[in-house]
Amino acid sequence: MRTNALWATALVVIATLIVPRAHATHQVNSWDTPDGARVLFVEDRTLPILDMRIVFDAAGSRDGDLPGLAMLTNGLLAEGAAGRGAQELAERFESVGAQFDNGSLRDMAYVGLRTLTDEKYLGTAVNTLAEVLTRPDFPQAAFDRELARMKVAFQARLQSPAEIAEEAFFKALYADHPYAQPPGGTRKSLEQITLQDVEAFYQQYYVARNASIAIVGAVDRAQAEQIVNTVLKGLPAGSRPEPLPPVAALDRAQTIKINFPSKQSHIYLGQPGMRRDDPDFFALYVANHPFGGGGFSSRLVGTIREDNGLAYSVSSYFSPMREKGPFMINMQTRADQTDQALSLLQAELEKYVAQGANREELERSLSNITGSYPLSLDSNSKLLGSLAMMAFYDLPVDYLDTYIANVRKVDQNAVRQVLKTRIDIDKLVTVIVGNGGS
Amino acid sequence: MRTYIVLIAAATVVIGLTLFVFIADQQPEEVVSEGEVQSLELKNGMKVVVQENRRAPVVVTQVWYRVGGSYERAGITGISHVLEHMMFKGTEEMPAGKFSEVIAEHGGRENAFTSKDYTAYFQRISNEHLELCLSLEADRMRNLLLSEDEFLKEIEVVKEERRLRTDDKPTSLTYERFYASAFANNPYRKPIIGWMEDLNSMDIDDLREWYQTWYAPNNAILVVVGDVRAEEVFSMAKEYFASLKPADIPELKPRTEARQYGIQRVAVKVPAKIPFLVMGYKVPVLNTADNSEEVYALELLAGLLDGGNSSRFSKNLVRGSQLATSVSANYNLYALHDSLFTLSAIPASGVSTEQMESAIIEQITEIQQEPPTEAELARVKAQVVASSVYEQDSSFYQAMKIGILETVGLGWATMDEYVERINAVTAEQVQHVAQKYFVEDQLTVAVLVPQPIDGQTLAGDALGAGDRHAH
Repeated sequence: MRTNALWATALVVIATLIVPRAHATHQVNSWDTPDGARVLFVEDRTLPILDMRIVFDAAGSRDGDLPGLAMLTNGLLAEGAAGRGAQELAERFESVGAQFDNGSLRDMAYVGLRTLTDEKYLGTAVNTLAEVLTRPDFPQAAFDRELARMKVAFQARLQSPAEIAEEAFFKALYADHPYAQPPGGTRKSLEQITLQDVEAFYQQYYVARNASIAIVGAVDRAQAEQIVNTVLKGLPAGSRPEPLPPVAALDRAQTIKINFPSKQSHIYLGQPGMRRDDPDFFALYVANHPFGGGGFSSRLVGTIREDNGLAYSVSSYFSPMREKGPFMINMQTRADQTDQALSLLQAELEKYVAQGANREELERSLSNITGSYPLSLDSNSKLLGSLAMMAFYDLPVDYLDTYIANVRKVDQNAVRQVLKTRIDIDKLVTVIVGNGGS
Repeated sequence: MRTYIVLIAAATVVIGLTLFVFIADQQPEEVVSEGEVQSLELKNGMKVVVQENRRAPVVVTQVWYRVGGSYERAGITGISHVLEHMMFKGTEEMPAGKFSEVIAEHGGRENAFTSKDYTAYFQRISNEHLELCLSLEADRMRNLLLSEDEFLKEIEVVKEERRLRTDDKPTSLTYERFYASAFANNPYRKPIIGWMEDLNSMDIDDLREWYQTWYAPNNAILVVVGDVRAEEVFSMAKEYFASLKPADIPELKPRTEARQYGIQRVAVKVPAKIPFLVMGYKVPVLNTADNSEEVYALELLAGLLDGGNSSRFSKNLVRGSQLATSVSANYNLYALHDSLFTLSAIPASGVSTEQMESAIIEQITEIQQEPPTEAELARVKAQVVASSVYEQDSSFYQAMKIGILETVGLGWATMDEYVERINAVTAEQVQHVAQKYFVEDQLTVAVLVPQPIDGQTLAGDALGAGDRHAH
């Protein structure tokens, strides 16, 4: 393994050759592969590295009757591919210092790679990623093992009041919609999933037309295209899955209390919120900011934490998804003050929905959102996350460039309007997990 | 949120004095420049370290204080972290909450964290607002109001934080008892967030004393990383911090861990679903080691066991014997005092913590008996070298490294040695440190023993020192 040692030495040289660079705009390149996968690419030569993420509409919302299937399929990709076992695949990535990552929640399932761009390492890293993505073997032994690990992870969720609360919240919000199901699976589904289910899921969803790709790093457009082609060329074109059903509005308010021997009660409050391509996206995002999205400057932190010392963490947010993601308010408080904290929180929400933001706090929020925008794009990894999101949700290629202008368009009227039309104060789901729930 | 960082590693002993005492007025202000990092010491003893990075028009500022959980004595545990919360509660110039508001208005993000060996405050903001950050930090370094009204509310927030992060998390509780059991007198035995009883009895006078004792320019380091010019940062730093008066910073008493005479075991029985195991061997850190080669060998050993999916733990315990659901090794070489090399695991279903422990010991024994292969070593080294490039993607991380190295007394330049020192480690050195330090008499083992959750409500005191208010 002499070669490995040599690599390590060569890597040191690279590490010392990094040149600083002086610009901050991001030229986003966009193209479709011959099979119809959308690619977003930013060339950035600050560091001799490449970040890449390939996202599929192949996550929990595609689980069907078998929650956990998407996560298991995603987790098995690197556990055996192209005739290589998990150990060999891991050694191929890691011997060139590359980092493979993957994940699957409700909307997005992805594989990703961070690698050095020197040709000595890049080829091995990219080829191994291609094998993992396009030629997984799904060995029976790996299936059994990973399924067993998911069952332990399921048990771990049952000892966390936060996870119990979140799961109950999604279930109440989404009823029959796929978003209701836990991406990590249920006790029942984890007993039912078979290897054949995994193989069929992979065949259906891991196809070129269902892929969205983000690339950032020290390669030019031609190299980027070549890398994308190398990674995807083994995938059949396939087709995009049917659109998810829309999320139904809640027809009533609901309170769910679950007893749990924790010192704190975990409280979730909310309802279905907005889609990623929602016409009200910017208005809702801005509207939430002064209320519970602006950290220490928000009303919720001011009232619940700063004025009354009732919680360490309290916040609200709209989580935008393909279909309506949740609007949720989340807080934890000592069990015996659950009612007090919840009443305060409800009162704040009612007042805010009725009155909206005052001029000053809205102006502060707008300054914060627009002023801090460069902070959300100041590294390759952050930029990669934004590009992957844009590619997956079919956002326009100028999304980053127009972001600040879109935020600035939201005024007091728009905030008041959108709070009234999009938050139904009479149909909220409230979940309380803890002794306060007894 | 005001957060604290629990470094998984802990440690023992001693570096006493010299590290913490800066002698005012004796050193000329001279800029030391090396590579991209430049540093300057003000006449009042405050150190300023700048790393220029022009990739985006933003800047990270961090003010670090040499104080944290390991500086605390019994009865006031958690006070460094409570003081961190209080640092947002106002000065004459900036009333409570105003600090955060002003930074937010200027498009900044800010927060703070407390660890065993340091407390740090940071802003991430457009580079044009650097001066604002420095002026605000200078103000609260010496002019904090520490009002009792604010304290009485904030201490409740901290207790909620403790409930959230520790009391209601079985694995966190296990770690807390693990450290408390591992060390007899090394200060890393105490939780950073503090024992609940200490939080209950803490008062504003405790906080005032702590602030007066430790918050002074000669106990602080300003770290700035981003699209700035070092000379400008230095002149701004002089403008805002140079007039602050230094204080007599106490010398830390030695806290060398008393000898351990045999294996130590502790069980944590709380409502939970899955068992958990933490093991730790007493080890030196860069600050305390007689031979720094050993420290880098321990670091490499951690990578060998748990660095990536090809590491020994993944290969042998997750995939091979399938005894572990997950298993990890942790070692932190940058600490004030001696530390623990920890090994933790969630066993596979049906596997006991005893079986898990034996399987981990077996992995250790293999390395003690047979040096690792060159291929394994090369792979760990390749990952270390590549990571040293990847981590430059984050200005915040770069600033963190500088701050940690400065506050534990090693100096920022130590980070430049890291890759070279790791690359120099031999298979025999790895085997040697495994033989020398991984001995049963230096081991502490903590296990989480799950108790039923369903339908059970625990009495108020069952999870820890009473949750009642002392006053």
